[in-house]
Amino acid sequence: MKREMTGAEMVLEALKDNGAKHVFGYPGGAVLPIYDAICQQEEIEHILVRHEQGAGHAAEGYARSTGKPGVALATSGPGATNMVTALTDALLDSIPLVCITGQVPSNLIGTDAFQECDTVGITRPCTKHNWLVKDVDDLAAVLHEAFYVATSGRPGPVVVDIPKDVQFATGTYTPPSPQKTQHQSYRPAQKGDITAIRAAVELLARAERPVLYTGGGVVNSGREASQLLRELAELTGAPVTSTLMGLGAYPASGKNWLGMLGMHGTYEANMVMHDCDVMINIGARFDDRITGRLDAFSPNSKKVHIDIDPSSINKIVQVDIPIVGDVAHVLEDMLRLWRCENMQPNPKTKEWHRQIDKWRARDCLAYRNSDEVIMPQYALQRLAAAVKGKDYYISTEVGQHQMWAAQFLPFEEPNRWLTSGGFGTMGYGLPACNGAQVANPDALCINVAGDASILMNIQEMSTAVQHGLSPKNFILNNSYMGMVRQWQQLLHGNRLSHSYTDSLPDFVKLAEAYGAKGIRVTKPDQLDDAIAEMIETPGPVLFDCCVAQLANCFPMIPSGKAHNDMLLPDEATDEAVANAIDEKGKFLV
Amino acid sequence: MNAKNVDALSAYFLEDLENNQETHTLSIVVDNEPGVLARVIGLFSGRGYNIDALSVSETEQRHHLSRITIITTGTPQIIEQIRHQLDRLVPVHKVTDLTVEARRKGHEKPLERELALVKVRGQGENRLEALRLAEAFKATVIDATTEHFVFELTGRTNKVTQFIEIMRPLGLIEVARTGVVALCRGSASMRDEMAADI
Ligand SMILES: Cc1cc2nc3c(=O)[nH]c(=O)nc-3n(C[C@H](O)[C@H](O)[C@H](O)COP(=O)(O)OP(=O)(O)OC[C@H]3O[C@@H](n4cnc5c(N)ncnc54)[C@H](O)[C@@H]3O)c2cc1C
Ligand SMILES: Cc1ncc(C[n+]2csc(CCOP(=O)(O)OP(=O)(O)O)c2C)c(N)n1
Repeated sequence: MKREMTGAEMVLEALKDNGAKHVFGYPGGAVLPIYDAICQQEEIEHILVRHEQGAGHAAEGYARSTGKPGVALATSGPGATNMVTALTDALLDSIPLVCITGQVPSNLIGTDAFQECDTVGITRPCTKHNWLVKDVDDLAAVLHEAFYVATSGRPGPVVVDIPKDVQFATGTYTPPSPQKTQHQSYRPAQKGDITAIRAAVELLARAERPVLYTGGGVVNSGREASQLLRELAELTGAPVTSTLMGLGAYPASGKNWLGMLGMHGTYEANMVMHDCDVMINIGARFDDRITGRLDAFSPNSKKVHIDIDPSSINKIVQVDIPIVGDVAHVLEDMLRLWRCENMQPNPKTKEWHRQIDKWRARDCLAYRNSDEVIMPQYALQRLAAAVKGKDYYISTEVGQHQMWAAQFLPFEEPNRWLTSGGFGTMGYGLPACNGAQVANPDALCINVAGDASILMNIQEMSTAVQHGLSPKNFILNNSYMGMVRQWQQLLHGNRLSHSYTDSLPDFVKLAEAYGAKGIRVTKPDQLDDAIAEMIETPGPVLFDCCVAQLANCFPMIPSGKAHNDMLLPDEATDEAVANAIDEKGKFLV
Repeated sequence: MNAKNVDALSAYFLEDLENNQETHTLSIVVDNEPGVLARVIGLFSGRGYNIDALSVSETEQRHHLSRITIITTGTPQIIEQIRHQLDRLVPVHKVTDLTVEARRKGHEKPLERELALVKVRGQGENRLEALRLAEAFKATVIDATTEHFVFELTGRTNKVTQFIEIMRPLGLIEVARTGVVALCRGSASMRDEMAADI
């Protein structure tokens, strides 16, 4: 039904009509009309963050934990520029985000007006698309289009920049049309080419050493896709590995599970990738953390790549069978063909599974535990034991703790694991955890953090307290930027330039200052009780887990090395670590 | 992608620039809306692709569509990336690699033309020589005084470049070139493959 209303009212109307229930935002001059509309309605709940970057990451956590788009709101100028990191983060990790920014009034654009910046210019390279709306009568259509673009195809962040006069102006609001009108120029594929799919299925049936290399695209595709992946693994018996972004799509308890692959992935996953004869890439993008040394990447395999974005295909690794389409659609076709033709896995895969068991027996995540100091891996194992069977979501910051969390915390379902993979944004975890908690108020939401990262958006504790959210920040406190220190040890003769944080705050007092709970543990035998206390505490917690300061994260494929050239924990003597990366490898990141 | 210091060890060092470089002509149909050219150019600079020549203008007023013609250089893999990356931009309707199309149809190149305005100042023999050469190149005089000519010349890039070089010793003082515009030979059009409702 068409109705007359102001631009500001249209924003809220469009949010509702597109299914949004929450907005993460921060007010300012150029969005005052929208804030005025917010306080005069009840359907959309506004969560007041303490920094616009926090709004962006919270919206990301909300989106990743629900599969629905996250919505963020910021004022012009500094409000918009504070959002840039979160937008870029969402772009790299394919997270659907609709970000609305206020802009100076149309007649002042271009005059260096107060808090003016070229928001569409600044955010052009860090969004999937963006719009500056100059006419209130275009606003409704642009907002609907924004939701469509953010959520369809390969999801991503979009920005709608609205000048203040457009927010005040009255115009006609048209709801989104129920039958999705086709976009004029933007039409992502859904169904894959059936000939290619058939070829892929036949290849998989003939394979002697198959692997399913899955990624964030399975999570993006929706719950259905994870279900179909499980069926495919079951029918074909193929082992499954996943990137950091796809954890949970295949359950960690599943019998085909190899663990994460890549730089800090498991020995078995990387050996399988290296030695396989058929690799089915399902919604992953051959990232450099995965491929390692390109000319030695899985040298003897035929490769199939299922991806909704044609630009992901043949970007880094040339594949034999490209399939452009949505994971769920393509897997459905694959399963149908497999079943119709009554295909069976190649009997020779038995030998492959025996080999894989041998690699598994290498126990690549083993570490030397201690009664005196808490090993970070041990802390995470105790955390895993404590949350087992609970309805939990885990976010992380960026660093060693992130990798350990990926290695040691099990995920049985998609959308439970929220991490900044592509951009590696320190400061992502706490706000993302808040966002997940807003979307899942009864769930246990934990942010596995490092002492350095947590300080990047620590102000979001205040958001959590105000809005009754209860992020449990599990800080693996080693006083170092551990990941940086590890690389300095590997690459720079252990000269630890500026990677030690002197004068860290007392996290217990800091929590109390925010009106939250602080818990500190220093001894391994205190862990279980303290973790239980953290979980039982109703509000936000800063859990200061003082861990071994110099632990390194292994296994690791050193830069410039191949998958079968991993540095394993039991081999990583100081000397091996010092010489792991050669001169050429030092140029890489 | 401009890395030359290290060989193919990691994704950051994809391929050597010098290896199998090709020059391709891309034709891109886009919505004629503010910022669309910035999106296209930003993509090239942001991802380190080359632009050898660029031209743009609205070509279908009724549908507010513009056509951008870009000449770019890269390995076949990079050129394929460029095409897909362009296609990903929301206001891009269609990207055609005219060089690939031409090859597919058995032609050496697509139809390509460029226009140049060339100002030559001089007197006496040089002036006459400039005029004679202009005639040979089928350039027309569009402005003149007793001291100068402005020639208009259309043709392939080679021809335009050659003309400019010849004029240099004869008093060439200023040049403006449009960049290349291009179409496929034959009766087919990009519109045939575009969405029917446009
Ligand atoms: C410190 C640090 C260390 C890291 N170490 C590792 C590591 O050891 N191992 C590791 O795996 N990662 C690691 N990462 C993460 C890494 O940088 C990448 O973010 C990650 O590997 C990319 O995951 P992905 O390939 O699943 O791609 P994503 O970024 O999740 O991209 C998804 C792909 O799927 C496609 N897609 C999206 N939706 C669909 C759909 N519906 N249907 C089909 N396709 C779709 C997209 O087009 C895209 O190509 C690390 C990150 C950090 C910060
Ligand atoms: C915003 C930002 N700045 C810098 C970096 C580079 N960086 C990656 S990991 C890391 C250290 C993280 O330290 P901490 O949070 O303590 O985690 P740890 O590695 O010790 O577990 C740094 C500085 C980054 N990823 N993000």
